[in-house]
Amino acid sequence: MTDSRPVLTMTGISKSFPGVRALHDVNFRLFPGEVHALMGENGAGKSTLIKVLTGVYDTDEGAITLDDEPVSFTGPMQATAAGVSTVFQEVNLCTNLSVAENIFIGREPRLLGAVRWGEVRRRARDLLARLDLALDVSAPLGSYSLAIQQMVAIARAIDIKARVLILDEPTSSLDASEVAQLFRIMRQLRDEGIAILFVTHFLDQVYEISDRITVLRNGGLVGEYLTTELPQLSLVEKMIGKELDVLEGIEEHSRRDLAALEEGTPLVAVSDFGRAGAVEPFSLTIHAGEVVGLAGLLGSGRTEVARLLFGADRADGGQVAIDGAAGSLRTPAQAIDHGVGFCSENRRAEGIVADLSVRENMILAMQAARGWLRPIPRRRQDELVDKYVKALNIRPADPEVPVRNLSGGNQQKVLLARWLITEPRLLILDEPTRGIDIGAKTEIQKLVTQLSDGGMAVLFISAELEEVLRLSHKVAVMRDRQMVAQLANDESLDADRVMQTIASGSHREEADR
Amino acid sequence: MTTGTLTAGRTRFRLPRKQIPVLATLALLLVMYGIGVSQYTAFSNVQVIFNVFIDNGFLLVVAVGMTFVILTGGIDLSVGSVVAMTAMVSAALLQDGMPAALVLVIALLIGPTLGFLMGCVIHFFEIQPFIVTLAGMFFARGMCTFISGASIPITDGFWTSMSQERIGNPQGNFVSISVLVAFVVVVIAAYTLAYTRLGRNVYAIGGNPQSALLMGLPVGRTRIAVYTISGLCSAIGGILLSFYTLSGAPLIAVGMELDVIAAVVIGGTVLTGGAGYVFGTVLGVLVLGVIQTLITFDGSLNSWWTKIVIGGLLFAFILLQRLIGIRYK
Repeated sequence: MTDSRPVLTMTGISKSFPGVRALHDVNFRLFPGEVHALMGENGAGKSTLIKVLTGVYDTDEGAITLDDEPVSFTGPMQATAAGVSTVFQEVNLCTNLSVAENIFIGREPRLLGAVRWGEVRRRARDLLARLDLALDVSAPLGSYSLAIQQMVAIARAIDIKARVLILDEPTSSLDASEVAQLFRIMRQLRDEGIAILFVTHFLDQVYEISDRITVLRNGGLVGEYLTTELPQLSLVEKMIGKELDVLEGIEEHSRRDLAALEEGTPLVAVSDFGRAGAVEPFSLTIHAGEVVGLAGLLGSGRTEVARLLFGADRADGGQVAIDGAAGSLRTPAQAIDHGVGFCSENRRAEGIVADLSVRENMILAMQAARGWLRPIPRRRQDELVDKYVKALNIRPADPEVPVRNLSGGNQQKVLLARWLITEPRLLILDEPTRGIDIGAKTEIQKLVTQLSDGGMAVLFISAELEEVLRLSHKVAVMRDRQMVAQLANDESLDADRVMQTIASGSHREEADR
Repeated sequence: MTTGTLTAGRTRFRLPRKQIPVLATLALLLVMYGIGVSQYTAFSNVQVIFNVFIDNGFLLVVAVGMTFVILTGGIDLSVGSVVAMTAMVSAALLQDGMPAALVLVIALLIGPTLGFLMGCVIHFFEIQPFIVTLAGMFFARGMCTFISGASIPITDGFWTSMSQERIGNPQGNFVSISVLVAFVVVVIAAYTLAYTRLGRNVYAIGGNPQSALLMGLPVGRTRIAVYTISGLCSAIGGILLSFYTLSGAPLIAVGMELDVIAAVVIGGTVLTGGAGYVFGTVLGVLVLGVIQTLITFDGSLNSWWTKIVIGGLLFAFILLQRLIGIRYK
């Protein structure tokens, strides 16, 4: 496998944007029949490298060869035509068109200008069969899950006789079984001799699928390694460039005595709280200084619980007590009045206003709480923003940069700061660490610990069990839109037990039936 | 197949969801026709249906053009004014004694040219189609009054023969030339949308313009093309209207763009783009026509009832689309 000549090489690639050196003298090579993981924190230059490769950006310096021929693509279309196809994180297909049409649109087999639909469907079926997918090719793409759509995107990409397939974070919105399907297809394509460049934030996936790893840091090349020769811990160290002791200390935090925290009146207590079609009625208490983790699979109702508690969706019934007194959480405005803050999982669509600056984004929630007629003095704004830019280590540390120019992790931090400025008593964090790099992830985890030590209650939602277990005092488990269990995070609780609860339901549920 | 084979879960019911709005329109049309036949004996005469086509042939042609635009998620407010302008220009040129063939060519070029220009503005300057075509609408309407403040009669031989030509069967039922033209336009449009790359690109852009671009489809060219097509259809509609009225009037077809949009939407084309059929648009136009006919047959109802009924139907159909759209997600 490694003896053969590389199908693709990139040598001495440098690329600068005004004020930023995005890539500096990076080398990269890709062999036929390998899965090559490109690793690095957000802002390390992974996306830039891919965009340079596919011709979205020009290079300032450096050369790219494909089969020993120098190439310089003018855009993704030309790259695709030359056999370098890219599948992005967001599925870039049209859900209103059929599966077959999505694979072939733009290059349909035609007869005298008329699309030969029979032929389109037949070829689509053949192609999907090669990927071991049995789909109804005439069905609209939108009737299939995101994972299937992702695979249809891959089918579209490899049909163009691809020799290099670039997968840019294809797994970030897939659940475990869907990832397994994707990997099966990746292995198959690899065995057919296609070179796969794989970008992901999930370390486990890298070790499961990749043969070779290239690590970037701050726009520079750290090195190229065989996966088998690079232990996971060293990989993380190479990515962040420092020893990984930051995680220590967090671990012990959550093991504190839950009973001590749960004394006294809960900050928020809801019972029979639910919404038809979204979540079955549940009861939950959250005390000051408590971190409640919400675990469960994608689509199990985690986000729905958060939205109910924030009043973004209205509960059908049930009781709400705030500080022991009957209250109401029927609209976000009410929730904010009670000191609830909500960082949405969908930071692009529901949180960040991309065109506004870091400062303006941070001030939004506080301004809303004060009412629009009482502007926050600019000096006070600058003070607050400076404080949180420093505290959260937001890069670049310039409050006037439009948020769209920040990496995902830094956008997430801005969103966090927005709510922290309002000093909420209960902060709901929905997947705050998804799609961000390990350094930023650690910082956010540390921050959650600090906040709860300071007396803030946190509802922490994450698909990563380890993270939930590391931070939470109590773990509520969701399954099929029901809260099936609430587990105290003591010595006896580990990922396996939570997993079992997710998989099989809990005793409580059995008792209920 | 092998054990690894994925039989991915298709979601729920098999009834082709995309066709539901069209089927609903078809059902509505049949119900309305049934009401007409049961209430008025003369309604069952085939000529009643033919008359609906004769009276609405020009509307149908314009609606076909609008279907292209709405399928991409756009809108064209200029169609009514372009129809009027085409009729005005034809009437004025004929009055000056220009040969009919030349007038036809010139009149048929005006609409597509304006459409092409509007499409370019929409695409290259990334301006909302609503505002661009609104400007086009004012421009074309202004040009009508600029040509003449009063109605210009058409006495040209070709026009009058087109106007009076009846294509009929021995039983005495007939259609006009405009119905034949509309029929040809519908067939060409349906073929284009279903079987050509241009047509498929229209659907792709309506579904997700960003994806269409990343899939390498010619988004800009297609956008400009649909406004040009809409302009061409408006021009043909204008000619057909001038056959029908034998005049060019500056204030004819005012507000027609709204009837056209209503017909397209009632015909099941989703306003956000990406789903719909020309066949649906034909049904939509027929629904409007049959409502008018029913109200005419009744005789006691004010003709404004047409608008009230159309308004109600439009609401119902948009709600239907919304409900299907929600299920879709």
